[in-house]
Amino acid sequence: MREFKIVGKSVKKVDAALLARGKPLFTDDVTFEDMLHARILWSPHAHARIRDIDTSEAEALPGVHAVLCYKNVPRVPHTSAGQGWPEPSPYDMFMFDNKVRYVGDRVAAVAAESEEIAEKALRLIKVDYEVLPAVFDPEKAMEEGAPVIHDEPDCRQVLPLFYDPKHNHCAHIEVKTGDPDRGLNEADIVIEHTIKNHYAQHCALEPHSCISYLDPMGRIVVRCSTQVPYYARRIIAQCLQLPERMVRVIKPRIGGGFGSKQEIVVEDVCAMFTLRTRRPVRLVFTRPEVFVSSRTRHPMIMRVKTGVKRDGTVSAIKMRVISNTGAYGPHCMTVLGSTCAKTLPLYRCPNIEFIGDTVYTNLLNAGAYRGYGVLQGTFAMGIMMDEMAHAIGMDPVDFWKKNTIRVGETSPIFSALSEIGKGAEQKVDSCALPECIDQGAAAFGWKEKRERYRNQPDGPIRRGVGMVCTVHGGTVALLDASSVTAKMNEDGSFNLLISASDVGGGCDTVLSQIFAEALDIPLEDVIVYPTDTDVTPYDKGAYASGTTYLSGLAVIKTAEEIKKQILKVAAEMLNEPPENLRLEKKGVVSTKSGKRLEFGQIAKRAMYSKNQFQIAATASEYSHLHPQTFTAQFAEVEVDTETGQVKVLYYVTAVDCGTAINPTLAEGQVEGSIINGISYALTEEFIFDENGRVLNPSFRDYKIFSAPDIPKLKTILVPSYDPTGPFGAKPIGEPAMDGVLPTISNAIYNAIGVRLTESPFTPERVLKAIREKRGR
Amino acid sequence: MKEIEFTINGRKKRIAVRPKDLLLNVIREELGLKGTKYGCGTGECGACTVLLDGRPILSCLTLAVAVNGKSITTIEGIGTDEHLHPIQQAFIDAGAIQCGYCTPGMILSAKALLDKNPNPSEEEIKEAIKGNLCRCTGYVKIIAAIQLAAKRMRGERV
Ligand code: FES
Ligand code: FES
Repeated sequence: MREFKIVGKSVKKVDAALLARGKPLFTDDVTFEDMLHARILWSPHAHARIRDIDTSEAEALPGVHAVLCYKNVPRVPHTSAGQGWPEPSPYDMFMFDNKVRYVGDRVAAVAAESEEIAEKALRLIKVDYEVLPAVFDPEKAMEEGAPVIHDEPDCRQVLPLFYDPKHNHCAHIEVKTGDPDRGLNEADIVIEHTIKNHYAQHCALEPHSCISYLDPMGRIVVRCSTQVPYYARRIIAQCLQLPERMVRVIKPRIGGGFGSKQEIVVEDVCAMFTLRTRRPVRLVFTRPEVFVSSRTRHPMIMRVKTGVKRDGTVSAIKMRVISNTGAYGPHCMTVLGSTCAKTLPLYRCPNIEFIGDTVYTNLLNAGAYRGYGVLQGTFAMGIMMDEMAHAIGMDPVDFWKKNTIRVGETSPIFSALSEIGKGAEQKVDSCALPECIDQGAAAFGWKEKRERYRNQPDGPIRRGVGMVCTVHGGTVALLDASSVTAKMNEDGSFNLLISASDVGGGCDTVLSQIFAEALDIPLEDVIVYPTDTDVTPYDKGAYASGTTYLSGLAVIKTAEEIKKQILKVAAEMLNEPPENLRLEKKGVVSTKSGKRLEFGQIAKRAMYSKNQFQIAATASEYSHLHPQTFTAQFAEVEVDTETGQVKVLYYVTAVDCGTAINPTLAEGQVEGSIINGISYALTEEFIFDENGRVLNPSFRDYKIFSAPDIPKLKTILVPSYDPTGPFGAKPIGEPAMDGVLPTISNAIYNAIGVRLTESPFTPERVLKAIREKRGR
Repeated sequence: MKEIEFTINGRKKRIAVRPKDLLLNVIREELGLKGTKYGCGTGECGACTVLLDGRPILSCLTLAVAVNGKSITTIEGIGTDEHLHPIQQAFIDAGAIQCGYCTPGMILSAKALLDKNPNPSEEEIKEAIKGNLCRCTGYVKIIAAIQLAAKRMRGERV
């Protein structure tokens, strides 16, 4: 492993001091002269056709400047999913449509002098609905004769992918490796379970926000809380039927995303108002709107059948998945694909069958959310692994070790499937999972605790422990790309122009560290400028945990280019061949003559003296493969068998993320993921009424963890080095969250011998499971 | 419209507000202090926390008229660019800031705590920030930051 100067150090986040001072850095922190305020009218029905809509009274209200609905905006089929192009998500959305498909779907929108006036105007809009039968159960939605949610003739899949909207069926994936049936026949024990996860919202503290305005040239500038500025520009242009050159997207600081801002949720409407009114327009969601009308996690029904031999070998995995995408299909097929492609390579089992379907229902619109299908798949497989270990009487630690992929090995899944279609052949370039398991188990006290709780005295309060391993492949192999521009200033400092889109995770800092390391300069000499599509070069944005990895590789490539230019100028100045020269502490030294030049001298010479040019470079990188990040997770829980209350007492996560470029930030990703995961596992839940309306769109009734709720947490960053990554780094944004549901389910099982296969593990569900078991 | 007079970050202010105007909107729109955030508007996230005579309150639930004659501190009122408040510095040092959207409210809740209890237990810290949601950090480093700030404010060299 290499020694680094800045990489691997927990330097302070470059934006931390500004954020600590409360500087106006977020989308909604700037105001413009003459700014209008937009509000959206939402559907009260789960499924209805709009026979007619009368906006005349709203338009007549003083202070109202524009009203938008299906009658006066272009009908452009598109997807809100911020993905590469062409998107693997169906084009099944319209800015406004004459049909609504869930309670909370867009109906119309108003831009007015104030939010108050806009809201008043919304109440003046008269909508004549023809209410249609709705379907909320994904399995019923697939039945013949079910209400067809997308009956419009113009919805379509642009890629040659499965799409059958007439049957509410929007994605289908089948993968088979080896001989799963033979694998099951050869098994000593076959286990089957149906495992279900639930809807959830990201709950980024900053709501979806957008302010758009015209620049002096008449182009639309969109400042918005997005994770994917370039995709946002492309989709806004598409919806407004403008060329991309007419749209500029600026990403200020973002108050968390977790996938929810990988979608165009407010930007198209806001920009359309600006186009119509020629005025700056602000559209910021309220919290209930974020809960209901932004995006959520795909709930899945996963039927899993696995075979295991007495010696502890997993001989077959069969997985049948139905994913509920709600009313629209952003990310519908890629989330499902990830459930297979990014989850199952963990297992050293040659015989795998995966059949998955994604289905429309008249419920909340699902989309990208930290974990992205891998979380769901890991929930299912994490439980199955525990069950199999139990069935053959093996300690889960040993069972996981025996059945998980190792460095240098490959999985047939890699080449069988990526998120989209065929995958990339690859092997596991680095894997410290065995070390993660060992170090995690030791820190957790796995053996002792298992022993202690096996012999715990009878009583209503029981304790137990559970563990799970996870893998999460970062980036979308072969498709994702990142570009970085750097230029040198007279004082030897650099502007680093990136579109990697820090949404809070700290990539502005991490990428600065990588750049500084590559050129041997202090961090303060890197002036990082994040995304503005007029200025910073193309990058996929912040998703698939790929920022440190992929943008980091692009940063190194850019730095290499810069280095070449610096050495060329220095060689001229010193009259020595470049081969004699090397970079050292913001200067160039000759290994022969011992002479030294400062970066400042070199920059000035290049700019002002001879053969003038700007020392600058842009370099790009695309993802050749999915770098594999591993975790081993351990939970200790206490279950009150009388109330059903589950409390997590201690949670240990050991992570192999390769080189942690900034260990404090890496830990922060893990801690945030784990607490989000525990909160999801125990308390977070949407409550729907029988008409598909969300009854709890508030933090009071949709309970996310606050400080007193958190258990004792330990995060171990296990040293490792990935040869394909920037200075050995691998992704870290999502992998930890994937394992929380099964780890807690396994711990509950260990505590009370009752298997929870449906999340969240609320007191009611736990009590029900206890009762069912007793009844049997 | 009603004239109110109050102190904001040490400065006297006289402004006219409507009886139903919320303090959060007055701080953000009228006074242009954008460090106070909207996260829910219903008193459940703490992003809008400010100090009223030193006590943390939720500005999204407080009518502007109610602060007449009182003293308000927002995040802009503690520390300066040159000299950060020790709590701000500790948040930076401990890695307690990810997206930073919850940070102003968190820091103000922490300040209210440490001003009256310079040596809080971990439980007391958790209790003091109970009303401040953070989705990014999992609270671990925020709690560590407040412990670090407490030590430094007590004069320990850490
Ligand atoms: S905005 Fe005031 S508590 Fe959330
Ligand atoms: S740092 Fe993002 S909400 Fe706390």
